[in-house]
Amino acid sequence: MSSRHGITVTVNGAQVTREVDARTLLVHFLREDLSLTGTHIGCDTTSCGACTVHLDGVAVKSCTVFAVQADGANVDTVEGLADGATLHPLQEGFWEKHGLQCGYCTPGMLMAAKELLARNPDPTEEEIRFGISGNLCRCTGYNKIVEAIQYAAQKLREAGEEAHA
Amino acid sequence: MSHLESSVQSLHPAPEGASKQMETTDQIRITTPEKVCGMGHRMKRKEDPRFIRGQGHYVDDVKLPGMLYMDIVRSPYAHAKILNIDASEALATPGVLAVITGKDLKDAGNLHWMPTLMSDTQMVLPIDKVVYFAQEVCAVVATERYIAADAIEKVNVEYEPLPAVVDPFEALKDEVIVRDDKEKKTNHVWHWEAGDKEATDKVFGEAATVVKQSMHLPRIHVASIETCGMVANYDPTMGKMQLYMTTQAPHAIRTVFALVSGLPEHKIQVISPDIGGGFGGKVPVYPGYVVCAVASLVTGKPVKWIEDRSENLQADSFARDYHITAEMAADAKGKITGLRVKTLADNGAADAAANPSKFPAGMYSICTGSYDMKAAHVEVDGVYTTKPPGGVAYRCSFRVTEAVHMVERMTDILAHELGEDPADFRVKNFIKPEQFPYKSPTGWEYDSGNYDAALAKAMDIIGYRELRKEQAEKRARGELMGIGICSFTEVVGAGPSRDFDILGIKMFDSAEIRIHPTGKAIARFGTKSQGQGHETTYAQIIAEELGIPAADVEIEEGDTDTAPYGLGTYASRSTPTAGAAGAMAARKIKAKARKIAAHLLEVGEDDLEWSVDRWQVKGSPDQHKTIQDIAFAAYTNHPQGMEAGLEATDYYDPPNLTFPFGSYIAVVDVDSGTGEVKVRRFVAVDDCGNIINPLVVEGQIHGGLTQGLAPALFEEIVYDENGQNLTGTFADYLVPTAVESPKWETAHTITPSPHHPLGAKGVGESPTVGAPPAIANAVVDALWHLGVRHVDIPITPQKIWKLLRDAGVSD
Repeated sequence: MSSRHGITVTVNGAQVTREVDARTLLVHFLREDLSLTGTHIGCDTTSCGACTVHLDGVAVKSCTVFAVQADGANVDTVEGLADGATLHPLQEGFWEKHGLQCGYCTPGMLMAAKELLARNPDPTEEEIRFGISGNLCRCTGYNKIVEAIQYAAQKLREAGEEAHA
Repeated sequence: MSHLESSVQSLHPAPEGASKQMETTDQIRITTPEKVCGMGHRMKRKEDPRFIRGQGHYVDDVKLPGMLYMDIVRSPYAHAKILNIDASEALATPGVLAVITGKDLKDAGNLHWMPTLMSDTQMVLPIDKVVYFAQEVCAVVATERYIAADAIEKVNVEYEPLPAVVDPFEALKDEVIVRDDKEKKTNHVWHWEAGDKEATDKVFGEAATVVKQSMHLPRIHVASIETCGMVANYDPTMGKMQLYMTTQAPHAIRTVFALVSGLPEHKIQVISPDIGGGFGGKVPVYPGYVVCAVASLVTGKPVKWIEDRSENLQADSFARDYHITAEMAADAKGKITGLRVKTLADNGAADAAANPSKFPAGMYSICTGSYDMKAAHVEVDGVYTTKPPGGVAYRCSFRVTEAVHMVERMTDILAHELGEDPADFRVKNFIKPEQFPYKSPTGWEYDSGNYDAALAKAMDIIGYRELRKEQAEKRARGELMGIGICSFTEVVGAGPSRDFDILGIKMFDSAEIRIHPTGKAIARFGTKSQGQGHETTYAQIIAEELGIPAADVEIEEGDTDTAPYGLGTYASRSTPTAGAAGAMAARKIKAKARKIAAHLLEVGEDDLEWSVDRWQVKGSPDQHKTIQDIAFAAYTNHPQGMEAGLEATDYYDPPNLTFPFGSYIAVVDVDSGTGEVKVRRFVAVDDCGNIINPLVVEGQIHGGLTQGLAPALFEEIVYDENGQNLTGTFADYLVPTAVESPKWETAHTITPSPHHPLGAKGVGESPTVGAPPAIANAVVDALWHLGVRHVDIPITPQKIWKLLRDAGVSD
């Protein structure tokens, strides 16, 4: 048995304190302790990216991060992307451009794309393809995911320009 | 004798209301305004809001009070006797409630064996021996997921290894018998033929040219990003078993569970919630499902079982694994005259293929493809080996990928051998538009097609003639560039009940539509989307037929307590069967609506004509009743003597399969130093008849193309000589990312099916079928002048590098 630890994590802006096993994976903490089931498990080995969340703004695969490693950190998941009824431009793009089919990889794909656009607001198609290459999608063939991210990038840039104008 | 027997004696009757228009066009048919959003509109998917917010509801998201967790002990050997299972240490672990073995299942009523979909038998849990690596040996049930995972390490199983049977050709020698539980001590399972052997031999005797090639389509795995799993919830008080399950065919599964377990069928509810990709891998019943259900029965508590990725890749049903030797004959004018094929099908340890009963090799006899020839004969033999059982589709209609790969490779080899351009050679040999409905030499009746139009369009888009010039220039400079074509014919939409059943259940499908008083609707179907977008496309079909906006139609599938019975979603059958049922049910509603409209307008039914969303008086369209008016009247003011309400059900038994087709062209560059193949361009022209939603169809084609690229270049399930799976993680089993996947270029032609009420055909699997031979043909085309005539897929850099080294190109 592994030891128990109290952790405090800010998840999608709200602070939570829980006791977890030392070996509890961050993805299980999110899905089972906090019932945030939008983050999915696809491979358990950091290969598929379905479990991608942000840990202090950095995209990580939560199937190979321990919950205790998130102690004191900010964790952002797909559930925190939209602002109430207003979708994030990435969510809008995925819907507009048919960037998803079964939806299983979608939350991880959205979170990976969000980090990509934070680092590179105007990526080329190739940069987008490399940027999401840690996330596997079995349904879409990626064309429309790329288009969805391009849609969001443009929308975010326009919003940024408006804010500066 | 033909496997289709009497089914193709004459042209199948067109279903009522079927399109008469059979000419090929580029124009998508749209008959409704955008607010109605019937067929042909690029409607954004109705299911997406929940997925983009992380609110999809998949099996692993199901959480029930008091739920227990199950994990499975798996065999480290491909073939071994089980001497002893000692679970005492596991059972002594706090939180472990039970360990379920094969013996327990036997004592519970011979549940240790189950039927496969092909009426073979398969172990649920073994008692005497294991027959594949990672086979389920026993299961641990515990209060927590992690405790169950720990406890499987504490079950001590004593094995006595037996020789593995990995090579199917070796298996045929019967030196080691895989299934010694059977009366006949042989690894040979079945022999199957189609076509006319005598006529084919005669054609080959008279041929001017014959080419022959052996090829292997290796084991691959669907690897949907969601693995398989179940939450079984047995309620001892009410005697009801609820099964949340990753299944593509919930209704058939319910019946199978009832027959195997003895539980009454009305007390079994199979719920297939959101499914994270299926591709055929979620059609079979795996041992884990059965044990999970038993665990809930035994404990009286809900039990969750979710596979991890390695279990999924190592133990679930594989696809392909066909060893093919094919010969193609041509006359002196370069006209294909015949095809002769022998195939060895590696079934693994059970024939657990997901094929219709009469078709042990699925629709493999579609292998004469798009070409008109005099005769063909196909033989397939199934064999047992010590590998996981299966024979699922990996996103294709039953064994069509194998058939198309073979015929498209053979056609290309023959064209090259004769020194003819592969495109011109195909055109010369195509079945021509005026030959439809076309009877193939193996007994199929193709519904409609225009192969010339699709290939011409693909050649035009990609600039085929210019590419050939570029290739010649590059070749002169020593650069390796290839152009590959695949002009496939698919056969999807199983199927007509006279030929198609699974375990005796006929392969119809169903729809039930209820119109509410305010003119909104709910419709339920016997299929189950795994990402195909049924909630949108089925709503568009109903919108097309009744004029109720697609946004006002709720679609439900996957709950056997509420949805009408159907055989499920696989083999591109949803639109051809359930989609057709939706149209037919809507037409029944439309007929009743006409009577109500006549009553309301005080005219005769014959005085009314339909327009988009209303019945109107002929010549006086101002006098009309919309479907919404009529729906309200159906509950508030229906004619005396008529039943109230407005709903209909249809069980649709298709008159024929549908035969989508297309032409794909791939351009590849081969690195002569590393042997790496890069797909520079790929143009796909698909014809799936009338299009319900072009956005969804594009998405289906893109996805299928990447799933065709995958086995062409990357994916293979590899075993060592001991039958150990060497590709049990995504680090070894190489699913393409966005980097490997090219920017797909897609287009369409439209040749409606005369055998479908909407003129539609299936489409989701065409690209997986068509892409691999296009890529393989392109690679061989790049290397033909070096003496290379065939490369087995996956075409890895290592294979190409070896070929180049042998040809003296690379060192």
